Amino acid sequence: MKHYSALGLLRNALGRNRRWTPAWRSAGPKKSYDAVIVGGGGHGLATAYYLARDHGLRNVAVLEKGWIGGGNTGRNTCIVRSNYLWTEASLLYEKSLKLWEGLSRDLNFNVMFSQRGVYNLGHSLQDLRDIERRVNANRLNGIDAEVVGPAKIKKAIPCINTSPGARYPILGASLQRRGGVARHDAVAWGFARAADALGVDIIEQCEVTGIEVRAGRALGVATTRGAISSERIGVAVAGNAGVLAKMAGLRLPVESHPLQAFVSEPVRPVLNTVVMSGAVHGYISQSDKGELVVGAGIDAYNGYGQRGSFPVIEQAMQAVIELFPAFSRVRMLRLWGGIVDICPDACPIVSKTPVEGLYFNCGWGTGGFKATPGAGWVFAHTLACDRPHELNAPFSLERFSSGALIDEHGAAAVAH
Amino acid sequence: MLLIECPWCGPRAETEFSYGGEAGIFRPADPHALSDAEWADYLFYRSNPRGTHRELWNHAQGCRRWFGVERDTVSYRIKRTYCLSGASGGQPDGSAGGLEAGSGKRR
Repeated sequence: MKHYSALGLLRNALGRNRRWTPAWRSAGPKKSYDAVIVGGGGHGLATAYYLARDHGLRNVAVLEKGWIGGGNTGRNTCIVRSNYLWTEASLLYEKSLKLWEGLSRDLNFNVMFSQRGVYNLGHSLQDLRDIERRVNANRLNGIDAEVVGPAKIKKAIPCINTSPGARYPILGASLQRRGGVARHDAVAWGFARAADALGVDIIEQCEVTGIEVRAGRALGVATTRGAISSERIGVAVAGNAGVLAKMAGLRLPVESHPLQAFVSEPVRPVLNTVVMSGAVHGYISQSDKGELVVGAGIDAYNGYGQRGSFPVIEQAMQAVIELFPAFSRVRMLRLWGGIVDICPDACPIVSKTPVEGLYFNCGWGTGGFKATPGAGWVFAHTLACDRPHELNAPFSLERFSSGALIDEHGAAAVAH
Repeated sequence: MLLIECPWCGPRAETEFSYGGEAGIFRPADPHALSDAEWADYLFYRSNPRGTHRELWNHAQGCRRWFGVERDTVSYRIKRTYCLSGASGGQPDGSAGGLEAGSGKRR
């Protein structure tokens, strides 16, 4: 792997940028691997990277049916935070946030992680009580969090409407200063490049069509590019988790829904932080290019179509315009939908399965992007050691029959 | 936006309806007879198919009645809507007199 540096950038610029080489090899599938990761999004690539880096497993393949980062990794609103209510969830997301803080250096790839702070707004007395409870819970878990009042919010975000007569009056907010945004494509490319440098085969245009299971053991996968045998198969395919589970004869407690987001035309710097409101189902930040990035809630119905219904967009836009009246004349340029797999308790499943050698990382719902490095890190541990790390042990499939759910629905203060 | 044909009111916009999830899931007659895994399956596990899905919708801002919908989860095309009736509610044959959508008539 060619090391990226400022000097290298200068040298290539002087050479008219003709000497750049591809960031990762275009690998073809081998007959067998020590571990196969299904899904070449951020989670799958991160898993492969940490498998190779921390567990010495380098004979690893990442199978991607389309292209790297073309699924949910490229279809989110880039927000990173760890201010969840319950200890199990907040420790897992905090592990991820800690990895984000050193990620550009680890990967030698600028993922443009910008800790510009995340505000979660409260619009009612109950919202405020929940915010105070969550902030206290966060601080007990060693996670930075503070409660801020309307005057401080107005000072930090001048264009927000904090007037008492607003449709959604802003009574306060929680603020996590270490939260922020990252460049989503760069995360996928950075992990792909770093994993590739450690010997991982990244195989694009290779769709898994079957999982071979014999006597309760996973033995390999059938793909559109031939059969691949492996006794360790990790599945990280977000919305399609149920489809992959069915191939192995399993059922999952997840349902797939469309989640929509959109960006505006680029405008001058106006919003230098992230604003989220769970009560009105809208969240917004401004990208480095100047686009306003707006996220909506999920569509209620099940769907795999990578698009949703217009009323959801309208609802999110109404909320954003109520909060930021000045944005009413901003034109929206693009919109997209990703397919998110939602668990009944709005927490992920990073777990072994009843099939030996088959592991699932799914159910992240709308919160998967922020977890990318952390999810990869614990999933790699689970695959390599055949048992979960203590951080993801509570996120097992068994919790649905044991009853030890981690109820983050509504607890994390946002449209999940 | 989905255009959903309520078996009683005819085609209406999606915003008039609320979604009720997968159809054909019945509360077990004797919950105490179930193992933890079977109870979990009833409570939390869903078929979540990529393709035809049988689901429940409620015409919340119309007649306020529940009915069944067969919809493709990839194209979102609605194949048919049908009445629920008694214990067969949600069954694809809609036995015990399923009312097919498209008639648009009150029966």
